[in-house]
Amino acid sequence: MAAGTPVPREPLTFAERTYLPQILGGLKTTWRHLVTPKTTLEYPEQRPALPPGYRGVPTLVRDPHGREKCVSCQLCEFVCPPKAIRITPGAIPADAPTAHVEKAPQEFEIDMLRCIYCGMCQEVCPEEAIWLQNRYSTTGYTREEMVNNKARLYELGGTLPDEHLKWDRKKAAETAGNDRH
Amino acid sequence: MIDFYLQLPPLVQGLLKGLAVICVIFPIGGVCSMAERKVSAWIQGRPGPNRAIPPWFAWVPFLGKFLQRLGLFHVMADGGKMLFKEDPIPGHVNKFYFVLAPVLAMMPALTTVTTVPFGAYLDARGQVTPLGLANVDIGLLAVFAVASLGVYSLILAGWASNSKYPFLGGVRASAQLISYELSLTLSVLPVFLWVNAPGTAGTMSLARVVEFQSQPGFLGGMWFIFLMPVAALVFMISLFAETNRHPFDMAEGEADLVGGFHTEYGAFKWGLFFVAEYAHMLVGSAVFTLLFLGGWNPLPWVPLATVAGWLAALHPLLGHPIAIGLVSIAIFLAKVLALIFFFMWVRWTIPRFRYDQVMEMGWKKLLPLAIANLVFYMVAIAILQR
Repeated sequence: MAAGTPVPREPLTFAERTYLPQILGGLKTTWRHLVTPKTTLEYPEQRPALPPGYRGVPTLVRDPHGREKCVSCQLCEFVCPPKAIRITPGAIPADAPTAHVEKAPQEFEIDMLRCIYCGMCQEVCPEEAIWLQNRYSTTGYTREEMVNNKARLYELGGTLPDEHLKWDRKKAAETAGNDRH
Repeated sequence: MIDFYLQLPPLVQGLLKGLAVICVIFPIGGVCSMAERKVSAWIQGRPGPNRAIPPWFAWVPFLGKFLQRLGLFHVMADGGKMLFKEDPIPGHVNKFYFVLAPVLAMMPALTTVTTVPFGAYLDARGQVTPLGLANVDIGLLAVFAVASLGVYSLILAGWASNSKYPFLGGVRASAQLISYELSLTLSVLPVFLWVNAPGTAGTMSLARVVEFQSQPGFLGGMWFIFLMPVAALVFMISLFAETNRHPFDMAEGEADLVGGFHTEYGAFKWGLFFVAEYAHMLVGSAVFTLLFLGGWNPLPWVPLATVAGWLAALHPLLGHPIAIGLVSIAIFLAKVLALIFFFMWVRWTIPRFRYDQVMEMGWKKLLPLAIANLVFYMVAIAILQR
């Protein structure tokens, strides 16, 4: 039909004006829904299948050696739109085996009452240390409880596989006498 | 036991009957509200309320789980909530009438129930005798007369609330109920014209209508819904309007009137309106069943007396009047509950009519149709019974 052509409006037939055929049709439809199996997921018992790439609660992860990945560059703190992240940077002691990393967070807090699960922290992190994982339900009785501290973030995050292990490569380059990797 | 009951003073008897009505109608109102939630859920593809369960029921292996899934304990949770909630009375209302309105809503709802026969048994002479709290001769007339008082509670609630939306709701309710009362009454006249053949004692008794539908023969055993489909249709539609059910719930109309006449009400007073609505539905369905669906007769052309004969042949104990009475009540209740399900089914199927559509339908379509129907059956009955 050409654009702008008005749709012809037929006057209602007698049957239509009684409403009854339409109501019967509607009753048939709702009856069909009444007898078909229910589609609801009964939540606490049944959990949804999460798709890959799901953005749940942000967590801190360790590398396969069990070492802390975060270097407290605070990029996630700066990028975080609702300002949910608060990092207290700290130095790594010179005698530690990972002294060449220089910095690690002393404290790392994510306020889950502010977090909007946008995933920008994960996107911005140069160390791939912060990940939004599959956990989607957080509850607590107080506001303080809803702030995940560093220990809690590592507990939630666990260890993820790492393809780069860039600090190992840096260490190797350093020991090979090439400090500009 | 019967003798003991009959020896009690009439006042105590009446009190017992009243208590019986309250003890039956309130739980049925509660169960209906749960059924409403369940039916709406099923129609919308949800399982509906299915969580509440007291621990001692959870210990019962299968039944407990089944009742929990059915949402039976939500009935008690909902009812209990009503009782224990704070019951605020807004400062701007007329307190006396504000409190009176829900009470007035309950009165016709509970009174009409008493005049509706709900079962029958075979007495010593093999005569089918109706069961009812008050078997009055004017039967249907009493039901209509008292049921139409129900609108006063809505008007009173709307007026006493002293705010816009309840007032509009009350006005709408009164206009709608007056409009549809006419069609309601006119649509049942052919039934009584047919029942009151010339030469017999005139009656408006509902039990007599059922008796009429249980006669032998093709025409005698036929339910009135087949004999007078148009009358049944008009009665049904008017019933929807009279009980303020979808698609005619103009008085509530939450989209345009917030909550209509009960906007300012809360807690138990609101609950009373709710129970009254379901009681009206129950009485309406019962009257429809008695008039058009053969009352306590299980199937068209299969009257209760025949079934009683079969039961007595099966086992002498099943032929006992009490057994027959229970069977008849079960049959009657099944029909009434099926009708109530139909009410709910319709509610969750179609949207609400616009107010002007409701008025136009009532005055310009339903009323002429009811009158034409009456004239048609007047002529037909005059020719048939000449």
